[in-house]
Amino acid sequence: MVKPKSPNLSLKIANLDLKNPVMVASGTFGYAQEFKDLIDLKKLGAIVTKTITLRGRQGNLPPRTCETPAGMLNSIGLENPGIDKFIREKLPFLKKLGIPVIVSLAAEETPDEFVTLIKKLEQHPEVSAIELNISCPNLKKDKLIAQDAQATLALVSSVRKLTGKCLIVKLSPNVTSITEIALAAQAAGADALALINTLAGMRIDVYKRTPKLGAWVGGLSGPAIRPVAVKMVWEAYSKIKIPIIGMGGIIDTESALEFFIAGAAAISVGTANFIDPGASLKIIAGIRQYMTENNMQNLSQLTGRLKACQG
Amino acid sequence: MKQLKVKLILNHKITGNYWHLEFESGLIARLARPGQFINIRLTDGCEPLLRRPISIHRVKASKVGIMYEVLGKGTQVLSAKQPGEFLDVIGPLGNGFTYSSAATKPVLKKNILIAGGMGVAPLVFLAEKLKLSKPLVLLGARSKKQLLCLPEFKALGCTVKLATDDGSAGFKGRVTDLLNLVLEQTEARGLFSCGPHPMLAAVARIARENKITAQLSLEEHMACGIGACLGCVVATGAGYRSVCKDGPVFFSEELIW
Repeated sequence: MVKPKSPNLSLKIANLDLKNPVMVASGTFGYAQEFKDLIDLKKLGAIVTKTITLRGRQGNLPPRTCETPAGMLNSIGLENPGIDKFIREKLPFLKKLGIPVIVSLAAEETPDEFVTLIKKLEQHPEVSAIELNISCPNLKKDKLIAQDAQATLALVSSVRKLTGKCLIVKLSPNVTSITEIALAAQAAGADALALINTLAGMRIDVYKRTPKLGAWVGGLSGPAIRPVAVKMVWEAYSKIKIPIIGMGGIIDTESALEFFIAGAAAISVGTANFIDPGASLKIIAGIRQYMTENNMQNLSQLTGRLKACQG
Repeated sequence: MKQLKVKLILNHKITGNYWHLEFESGLIARLARPGQFINIRLTDGCEPLLRRPISIHRVKASKVGIMYEVLGKGTQVLSAKQPGEFLDVIGPLGNGFTYSSAATKPVLKKNILIAGGMGVAPLVFLAEKLKLSKPLVLLGARSKKQLLCLPEFKALGCTVKLATDDGSAGFKGRVTDLLNLVLEQTEARGLFSCGPHPMLAAVARIARENKITAQLSLEEHMACGIGACLGCVVATGAGYRSVCKDGPVFFSEELIW
């Protein structure tokens, strides 16, 4: 018997080289350091940091998390030390890991903040890519940038001019048409899209008659949102050309594979990091096994290979 | 901190909704400090999704004990686990109590441990470390039936005073009112407390009034338990800090009430 050739899990998104397509999602992995005693970080495809803003942020009033059926709500509110402290205190550890570091960025008030944020990161080659978080539901804004195609086009275009690093735009599921926003980000020069951020949600304590979150509302994540995320990846994949990084409730190999088949070129593990810190590594092994068993040599034989139901 | 599959040795009801669980883990037993906790995965499925953080109650050789109150779905699932089953735990986690196990000379300045309800669990572990100084333990509960760990504290040589809301055992009233009475006659070296939030707030106030340090073990809903998600924060003089990583034990003067 001929031993099947081990599949090639690597991929390239613009100038971002990944040895495997499994990342950890922003906000669920801190700055990686927190997980160093629990998993071999070097095996991850990439690390996406918690979102960084220009100035440090205290975040929202607690309580900030709340369990829901097969999921959880969070209203952290982008607590982070600010870009300078991030570069000083968090980036050196990430650099040492030798795997791609994707820095998630958000602007608090005006898009001009991205000029400074990106200028500061341009001096750090260890930052392999930028993820624009234009879809955080926990900033007290009437409308997110990712809820407006024109605003998405304008913002991504202006940021695109600032950096040659791989530019990923993270979109919100809280929209009427995900493809409309995805097309705007693509037209603006995004290298890839991250789909999806959390779904806006709320829980109420019926005995106290109060919201369960200090910020009243938050973002829903976990397996509960997976079907919504898979559908959005599938929908966007049919209309856009740039790669999609799929996420939303991935907890194991099977749930990761759903995203690839729907059209994702890579995936991110989010909430599952809280429950099983080793989930992403198990998923890498699981994808390799699935590809071997199904005679696939590379990821292009997996991404978007959805067939119609038979019979 | 490690993620481990540990073998459950026992899991039984103590009284009312209070349960005692023991598992085998030489590593956690060796590393654990009073006030630290473990984060337990309840199921391989998605319901309930998140781990449950529970403080370490006792450590004997390679055995680790916890106590919990069955209140919701999570603790219900935990109470159904059988000896011989394996549990997925991460631990030990968090910052525990700061203490000196040396005897106090003279034994006049007392370490005073104040427990409310389930808050007794980590204080038994602490009492064990403090036994040379013969700590004074103030145990509070709604009624006599809910008083926990009295024999354990006595076996460690602690003096125990009781307070119950209904007066069915010891002082009738709040354990913090009992603390006020005790402090009229006793010089305290430090206060160590765990229990419901209003009780901890009262202990903090009493500590301030009497110029004594108090260490308080806080309880919060957690998602990650390791300081990554920033979900379980508490307001301190230095901004929000994570209960799971910077705590769960804080000095009362650090906290903003």
